[in-house]
Amino acid sequence: MTSANPPHDAGRAGLGRFAQRHPGLVGMPLFLLLFLAVTVAIHPSYSSFDAQSLAMGAMPLALAAAAQTVVVISGGIDLSVGSMIAVTNVLAAATMEHANFGQAVLLSVLVLAIGAAMGAANGLIVVYSRVPDVVVTLTTGFIWSGVALLILEKPGGGAPDRFLSLGAGTFATPWISGALILLIASVAIIWIPVQRSRLGLLLYAIGSDKAAAFRSGVNVERTRFLAYVLGGLFSAVGGIGLIMTTGIGSPLAGVYYTLSGLAAAVLGGVSLSGGRGGMVGPVVAAYVLTLIPTDLIFLNIDPNFGQVIQGTLIVLVVMAGGLVALLRARKR
Amino acid sequence: MNAPAQSIRPHGPSAISLGSRFGAMLRRHTIGALILLLLAFVAGIEVARPGTVTPIWISNILLFAAPLGILAAGQTLVMLAGGIDLSVASVATASAYLMATHSSQGGSAAVLWGLGVGLLVGAVNGLGIAVLRVQPLVMTLGTGLMTEGTLIVYSQKLMASAPRVPSFIQSLGSGKVLGGVPIDLFAWIPLGFLVLIGLPRTGLGRLIYAVGDNREACELAGVRVWQVLFADYIMCGLFAAVAGLVIVGGTNAADMSLADVYLLPSVAAAIIGGTSIFGGRGGYAGSVVGALILTVLNSLLTLLDAPEPIRQILYGAIILLLAAAYTRLTD
Repeated sequence: MTSANPPHDAGRAGLGRFAQRHPGLVGMPLFLLLFLAVTVAIHPSYSSFDAQSLAMGAMPLALAAAAQTVVVISGGIDLSVGSMIAVTNVLAAATMEHANFGQAVLLSVLVLAIGAAMGAANGLIVVYSRVPDVVVTLTTGFIWSGVALLILEKPGGGAPDRFLSLGAGTFATPWISGALILLIASVAIIWIPVQRSRLGLLLYAIGSDKAAAFRSGVNVERTRFLAYVLGGLFSAVGGIGLIMTTGIGSPLAGVYYTLSGLAAAVLGGVSLSGGRGGMVGPVVAAYVLTLIPTDLIFLNIDPNFGQVIQGTLIVLVVMAGGLVALLRARKR
Repeated sequence: MNAPAQSIRPHGPSAISLGSRFGAMLRRHTIGALILLLLAFVAGIEVARPGTVTPIWISNILLFAAPLGILAAGQTLVMLAGGIDLSVASVATASAYLMATHSSQGGSAAVLWGLGVGLLVGAVNGLGIAVLRVQPLVMTLGTGLMTEGTLIVYSQKLMASAPRVPSFIQSLGSGKVLGGVPIDLFAWIPLGFLVLIGLPRTGLGRLIYAVGDNREACELAGVRVWQVLFADYIMCGLFAAVAGLVIVGGTNAADMSLADVYLLPSVAAAIIGGTSIFGGRGGYAGSVVGALILTVLNSLLTLLDAPEPIRQILYGAIILLLAAAYTRLTD
């Protein structure tokens, strides 16, 4: 692994080198800062309220991106993320409607377990059926969205106010919202231990080269399975985040979060061929994707252009990556 | 012949059961297996509800299978080259919508608008995937989002006229002639034959298999891989556009989520039909039977009278089972 890295280049500036090694840690946050600066420029009265609604809007998407990121790093793909968010979201909304705060917290633990179980089902089917992961998760996504409609036919349900205020409230200053803290906390609590442990190494290992990982004694199937379990777990946090920020359960939320979550992962520097990328880039990219329609409203442009811009952004970013690779190959 | 055969079979000849011999036969004639499965589904329907399977029922199945079969043709073409197209549903919807909003300019202009969307999105997909080597999944996901978003903006801001489905498109999507032959077969059969015969017999068709099998080898052999892939995605876009026209002819209402439900079946029909998503293996004949199986399955689930979510869950579960069984059988 280390032999593939070029030897240390002492002449290069530290920051440039850092940026090259961790594009997700530098590029996307800079991009977000730029976007925020533009937002404040076109909308000078940008207030803590706007910051709060940004954090609330971005939280479920950021978790969808996180779910996708874990699976993509391991060399797979999960097109059922959005449907798992929908299932956990309506499950929380349907069961918490008449619960008190303590019960709601207990129920959310149960919902997390169910999210992980759905991820486990994805993983088991991918590993044992040997059907390609795209096909499996496209189909299980279809199944999960049926399950979501079965639990809640149309948007509805609810949760106790105190539970909702965990996401919708603010903390210390009105600029720091509960949604932001919950997002950072949940991603950190789940991802940092995984990344630091053997499992994190194995996820990257099977993502970059399955055959080499297998020959080095990695249990590839078990690692792939665990990647999908983590994906389901992140999706469940996203589903709970969605009810905290919107107050209701939406059985049809699925499609948006699958596509935009994958978009955020790709924009955040996660390579779809696996083995490369981190968690910061995709989460920050989710903020950028949420900020686009807001900016369009500030500019008095139809916010529906947001989807066009999202799609264009993905296409341009990946095409630019392709172009750079093409030019480099020409030079050689 | 006998001795070496025994040496690779550790359990000796007695271990070959009737089942494994049957399995071996199915492995060799996968199309036969698929047709048997299709007949089994039809028989299942007849057993569950005697009197259902009539000439009218068969003609309806063909009517509903045609748009899926056309979409699956495009999907099969790109899958054989090692890709996938997740924008087909958005393209079909956009094609139908643009056709319907330009119907006041005359029938052929309207149809050209629809096909133009397919050509355009197919060309953008081709540009990204063939020239810039973007992964097909991300590229078509992005163009799908773009198409859908543009369509929403278009429907609210720039629309030429209110959507109206011309009568000839209506008869294309829902009409029948000659005592029960669905008119959309006259679109599906020629297009289907083109793919069925073109894939094994034309240079482009064989190159699609070759590129899907081993892109590097093709490049080293001097194949202009990008041209093959570019043409492949344009064909897929055009097939999706045609399918959109057939679908809107059947529903007679152009709306924003018209073809969404066709995305999974278009991939599933090709997969069940034995086309490998990794490219180079499969063919359109399997996808045709796959499209028929999925349409019959849909009809079976409608007969069950179960609520929509339950039908959706069963449909997905059966697709997974079929795909898993097929993968086991052929691997």
